[in-house]
Amino acid sequence: MKSFFRMSYPYILWIALFIVAPMLMILLYAVTRSGNGTITFHFTLENFARFLSDPTFLKVLWTSLRIALITTVVCILIGYPAALFIANLPEKRQTLMILLLTLPMWINMLLKTYAWRGILMNFEIESEIKVFIGMVYDFLPYMIIQIHTAIAKLDRELLTAAYDLGANRGKAFLKVTLPLSVPGIISGITLVFLPAVSSFVIPKLLGGGNYVLIGNLIETYFLVAGDWNFGSAISLIMALIIIGSMYLTKKLDTGAEEE
Amino acid sequence: MEKKRGAGRFLTSGYLILVLAFIYLPILYVMVFSFNDSKSMISFEGFSLRWYEAMLENREMLESIKYTVIVALIATGVSTAVGTIAAIGLSKARPLVRSIILEINNLPVLNPDIVTAISLMLLFLSAKIQRSIVTLTIAHITFCIPYVILSVMPKLRQLDDNVAEAAMDLGATPWKALTKVIIPQIYPAIFSGALIAFSMSFDDFVISFFTAGVDVQNISMYVYSMKRFNPSVNALSTLIVVTVTVILVLTNLIPALGERKHKKEDS
Repeated sequence: MKSFFRMSYPYILWIALFIVAPMLMILLYAVTRSGNGTITFHFTLENFARFLSDPTFLKVLWTSLRIALITTVVCILIGYPAALFIANLPEKRQTLMILLLTLPMWINMLLKTYAWRGILMNFEIESEIKVFIGMVYDFLPYMIIQIHTAIAKLDRELLTAAYDLGANRGKAFLKVTLPLSVPGIISGITLVFLPAVSSFVIPKLLGGGNYVLIGNLIETYFLVAGDWNFGSAISLIMALIIIGSMYLTKKLDTGAEEE
Repeated sequence: MEKKRGAGRFLTSGYLILVLAFIYLPILYVMVFSFNDSKSMISFEGFSLRWYEAMLENREMLESIKYTVIVALIATGVSTAVGTIAAIGLSKARPLVRSIILEINNLPVLNPDIVTAISLMLLFLSAKIQRSIVTLTIAHITFCIPYVILSVMPKLRQLDDNVAEAAMDLGATPWKALTKVIIPQIYPAIFSGALIAFSMSFDDFVISFFTAGVDVQNISMYVYSMKRFNPSVNALSTLIVVTVTVILVLTNLIPALGERKHKKEDS
């Protein structure tokens, strides 16, 4: 069976070349000064210091985190009842609803955002609200589907048992359905919060030119300013925040499942 | 009690209809206004196909559609083949080796797109490789393979190892065991992996934006770079929505319908 493993060699070569090497390049650029030769590198931490000591950059980071957080909370608030109601439908209608929610996910995000731009042109709304609408729109189906999957897996007998033991509908929901759907909420969060932090298309198309999130900052430093070292440092900081929060939510998830 | 239930059901259906309306609003909006006889996005001033005609005359837009389709087809083909073969190989690897490689495989899925994008851009620029449709395709293959592997791998784990072994004991070459025994069993997973890869490539913006260079743009890049609102995009969106729906119905619903029929015949 060892000969079978050899079949992965082309793929291993591919990921070494196009996943590992590029990631190492970000790391290298982030910890060096510009003007690297092929042999000489000037190692420095000043790119990180520059980001962390400048209030303008920290403000952009904070805005990105805040917008991602509010988007996630709104998605949970709108998505949870939707997921719960769908789970209570007869089976055939559940499948139909999930199908209807999945369909728009297959359609190019840029085109959908562009459509919102057309709709929102008709209204005088603050650009931040427009960005929120675009973000919630883009991520809501993921949240609903994750929560629905968790609720649908739930053992109905547990609810019957709760009613038999005298719980009313509210209490049964709080003590049975809600705690058992936490894993769904958590995987919903990873699918909404993490991409929302780094999103830069929605702010640009809906927020107008002067609405800057961290993704837009990275774009500027790479494509406009041409400062790859600083741009790499920003990307690395963002990636660390995202991987860190992913790790935390995973911890929460296993904690919730063990309970 | 009965009355209360009825009211509750009314409220919950109302809520779900509102959510669906929110999700379908922009899609229906562009579909309606793609037939508008004016540039306005507010008032509908009569039916016309002028934006579809404008689309056919818009070379830049047509080029972007062409590039999107070519890159998506190549990326899907290569990533499905490489990913499937790699997954089969990995399923026979030592657990430690396999888990290390799968962690690396997961990087493009977990990493924000913009990080994957700039990492590839840095690689191409440092290696002095001119960014073009070639680098764009390489980038797409890179982020598509992980999805194929993630789709195929769980199915492979369910397979009975002994069947392939038995085939080889009976004289099949490893190649025959692969094509006649393993692949037919995981075919649905390969197919859904390919479908996901195609859709990821077709819809990608961020990674393309950083790896395509200045001469090539896909649909997303074209829409992003447009300075003014152009109703031809409504026509393009409408065509894409219709195509996606048709493909999904053909690949998804028809098997489901068939299954239902099957069950009916059984009962």
